Amino acid sequence: MPTGVPIEFSGLTKTFGQVSAVSNLTFTVEPGQVTGFLGPNGAGKTTSLRMLLGLVRPTSGTATFGGTAYAKLDSPLQTVGASLEAASFHPGRSARNHLAVYAQSAGLPKTAPDAALEKVGLSGYGDRRVGGYSLGMRQRLGLAFALLGDPGVLVLDEPINGLDPEGIKWIRLLLRAMAAEGRTVLISSHLLSEVQQTVDDVIIISHGTLVHRGELSSLDTSDTKQVQVNAEDRDRLATVLTEAGYQVSNLRSGVLVENADAATIGRLAFEAGIPLTGLSQKRTGLEESFLTLVGEEGAL
Amino acid sequence: MSAGYLGAVRSEFTKVRTTRLWWVLLVIMAAYVGLCAGGMAGILGGLGGGANGPVIPDAQLPLLVYSFATSVGYVFPVLFGALAVTSEFRFQSLTPTFLANPRRGVVLGGKATTLLIVGALFGVVALIASIGLGASLLAAFGIDPLLGDPETWAFIGRSVLAMALWSAIGVGLGVLVPSQVAAIVIVLAFTQFVEPLLRLAASFTDWSAQVAQFLPGAASDSLVGASIYTAMSGASAGLDWWQGGLVLVAYAAIATLIGFLTSWRRDVS
Repeated sequence: MPTGVPIEFSGLTKTFGQVSAVSNLTFTVEPGQVTGFLGPNGAGKTTSLRMLLGLVRPTSGTATFGGTAYAKLDSPLQTVGASLEAASFHPGRSARNHLAVYAQSAGLPKTAPDAALEKVGLSGYGDRRVGGYSLGMRQRLGLAFALLGDPGVLVLDEPINGLDPEGIKWIRLLLRAMAAEGRTVLISSHLLSEVQQTVDDVIIISHGTLVHRGELSSLDTSDTKQVQVNAEDRDRLATVLTEAGYQVSNLRSGVLVENADAATIGRLAFEAGIPLTGLSQKRTGLEESFLTLVGEEGAL
Repeated sequence: MSAGYLGAVRSEFTKVRTTRLWWVLLVIMAAYVGLCAGGMAGILGGLGGGANGPVIPDAQLPLLVYSFATSVGYVFPVLFGALAVTSEFRFQSLTPTFLANPRRGVVLGGKATTLLIVGALFGVVALIASIGLGASLLAAFGIDPLLGDPETWAFIGRSVLAMALWSAIGVGLGVLVPSQVAAIVIVLAFTQFVEPLLRLAASFTDWSAQVAQFLPGAASDSLVGASIYTAMSGASAGLDWWQGGLVLVAYAAIATLIGFLTSWRRDVS
């Protein structure tokens, strides 16, 4: 089992002429969890990832995998799997041949392309020319390229973009499983809601600078906390909660309780002898916190 | 352990093999070369037997006919070499290429090596076309096609080498001018128009003729040792065959080196 190494950004900076695209990014991405790299379009996410992968030369600073720059890795594809947003396919080449080209370049076994196609669910489409692929299939092929060397680190730029709901669910489970195996998983997105259910940690940049980093829950700074709760006897539940001093409103799928935390509501229902059929803390503050952090331009 | 240079060569071969361009260009080249060589064999062979006397001695005729493989065929390996590089820029496939092997110099070396070999294949196919049609037509007119002559086989070897070098020059051009459209226009304009005119114009004075032997097409004709251009423009001896070869090597090496230092090392975004 390949183990993940931490990704270390240290003072990473890129300027294009007078324009500063990325300035002084410093943070570490730890193995064993999924880290979201968030920011609005144009915030410098892709430039940062391309510097990390040795495709763009930093103006100053470094980005390494456990201390080693990408270009100095002994076997890059077996250490880091990356998929970048731009479609980098020759449209006339089949998916299997596309992967074979890079497997040979990296000295991977002959079986690597088929194994990677299998992992992303494209086994039946390996002989088809990539030019005829849908956006979702191209995303999967991009991911197959990243998985080609069974790497301990995954760096994926907007991997969820273009996937259908089934695909989104599938990639969530895949990334969670990868992280659970001890790999380092870094995924970028311009939408917090897109990765909210997938990531443990978030790194948020805006205008090329780091504006926030921490656990996902650290974004939840709002004072108003809501709990969604449901029971078969919904009317009695609402009565009990109102009597306990909570402000409640009826939803189609339960009761929404303002300024509450799930543990307290659960205990109240238990003490009143009401069996619950659902109980969850709503994190309404996340999206607002995100938009506040990235500024007005983030409100896409 | 990284697969390095050999991995790069294998990968570049797979790139060539897995799209259709290589055989499309080979088919067009074989048809074009075959038509020119066959046509010339028919005209000159027919004239040779006629009452007005031979334009070119029978003994020189076979190599002249066979040399259409390079004198008109060389544009195909240049084009193919250039496209092999520019398509990487066009389809943004440099990203996965450099991810699989971040040593960019090794990648370019692997590409140049691969295209040298593919260029040699273009040479073999072009010679099969020119000799296949040319020799049978010459024989039909009663002219010895000289296929048993060692000089013919040395000529064949030099022609294959020339086509290989042309393909490498294409790689150099592609990395020097990564825009696919611009590279195609340059290849076609230079080989079909600019250089033939320059060679013709340069032949009027001695000093310019001296300079013109270093033009790539002229150097290629010197390397091969026979060409319709040199046959038509008279007796100017040009360079020795090995000098012509070195001139082509120099064009390929210099263009590739400058391209490596500029476009190939640039940020990939």
